[in-house]
Amino acid sequence: MLKRSILLKLLSAAIVFGAWEIAGRIPVSYAFPTFLESMSALITLTLEGTIFTAYAETLKPLVVGVIISAVLGIGLGLWIGLSAKFDWLFSPIFIVMQSAPLAALIPLLVMAYGIGLTSKVFVVCIMAMPVIVLNTSGAVRNTPSVFKEMARSFLASERDIIFKVIIPAASPIIFSGLRLGISAGFIGAILSELKITPTGVGDIITYSRSIADYPSMYAAIFSIILLAVLFLNVLEKLENYLFEGNNRGYASD
Amino acid sequence: MPQIDDAPEAPAAAGVDNAVSVRGVSKTYGEVEALKDLSLDFPRGQLTSLLGPSGCGKTTLLKIIAGLLEPNSGEIEVNGQPVTGPGPDRAFVFQDFALLPWASVVRNVAFGLELRGVAKPEREEVAQKYISDVGLGGFENAYPHELSGGMRQRVGLARALSVDAQVLLMDEPFSAVDEQTRRKFQEDLLSLVQNENKTFIFVTHSIEEAVYVSDQIAILLPRPSRVLEIIKPSGFRHKGADTIRRDTEYLDIVDRIWASLRSYVE
Repeated sequence: MLKRSILLKLLSAAIVFGAWEIAGRIPVSYAFPTFLESMSALITLTLEGTIFTAYAETLKPLVVGVIISAVLGIGLGLWIGLSAKFDWLFSPIFIVMQSAPLAALIPLLVMAYGIGLTSKVFVVCIMAMPVIVLNTSGAVRNTPSVFKEMARSFLASERDIIFKVIIPAASPIIFSGLRLGISAGFIGAILSELKITPTGVGDIITYSRSIADYPSMYAAIFSIILLAVLFLNVLEKLENYLFEGNNRGYASD
Repeated sequence: MPQIDDAPEAPAAAGVDNAVSVRGVSKTYGEVEALKDLSLDFPRGQLTSLLGPSGCGKTTLLKIIAGLLEPNSGEIEVNGQPVTGPGPDRAFVFQDFALLPWASVVRNVAFGLELRGVAKPEREEVAQKYISDVGLGGFENAYPHELSGGMRQRVGLARALSVDAQVLLMDEPFSAVDEQTRRKFQEDLLSLVQNENKTFIFVTHSIEEAVYVSDQIAILLPRPSRVLEIIKPSGFRHKGADTIRRDTEYLDIVDRIWASLRSYVE
């Protein structure tokens, strides 16, 4: 079974990269390099060490923003899910945040917080947090009431119910919110480097484009996608490790 | 000779020790009157069924006894102590099992003890004993989704037994399992009532099931909810599980209950 799923993943990758190679060879656009050109550019960037210095810069707002979004997002989500008052108070903020045209708001952020790390962290948080908060609060609110009732009948305190029933029951949806939020955070990190100040991976993209070195530009984009996919896989492993039985659905359906 | 008592709301006969007594309990959900001035006694060490058509408030009454719902008026006493909420003297078996899907069988069974702050090695030892008792030895580390419906309810039963409460509250515990498993459960329940010195309160909508397992059957009628009669089948209890279903008293009581309930079933 496991072998087969790896095989299918490889096949899916081969199809995507094959299509990319063909599209690059036609070429669909002068500015669209082939897969192989992009990969050789990626190897060059890696050997030169450029990609590592770039990530040292890009990961700062990304990691800080993702950690803030995850901790604050899950915390607020729990609070909103548990209390109707906080739902009324906070939910609208995150719904607005989620639908706001972020690129248009960036100049405001820059005016308020300058062009440094703070603004970039904000961009990552605005991208990542709403979906984490909204998923968490929705999942908490929809905890099957029979679990809470069961816990109460066996003398659970309010604290027990939150930590031993509500959070584990909500964890699949909290984790799917984390996955969506963190991938949005990656987008936010690159967006902030393109729109605020070109640093890190954003700098490679901007600079390569300006000198028409398209393979390097696509290599940088590819690397960030690769990093995001790897990170999401790690997150999935963590979820399976923490809540093994949740893996195959609820027993009471 | 069938021994049937027609005694709704009769005060407990002198000398009868009641584990649970319900006095004048009313409960409304908004406009709907679920229970109205209902009184009922549950003798210690016996199994009492709450039987009635759907909507008669039997599950509501059970949850009020459990302390999960608050009555609008009236009193519940368990061992002479008034009920204000869930307590260590009562354990609940749920209709849809209410097993935690992320927890293994042993953690589910030990969950009640975990909430009481019993240390892990100790509570798992107790859980282990009850897992074997209900016939699930070898499944300790399985997850609920890997078990059949009948096995899941055995886990629910083991969880309720492991906290060693004197009163077991069972809310249609066998309604979500298949017919053959249910018969096995009913037989097991008879020996459980005999061997454990516990009081059982058992909600069911099956007349046959109620007559088969009960020492006392309270027939509830809906809208407004009230106790129609209390039946105490006594003649066939000692005859052994295999012969009960052929006993004439058993068959008479089943017929009689159906005759009185027929007109209330939509």
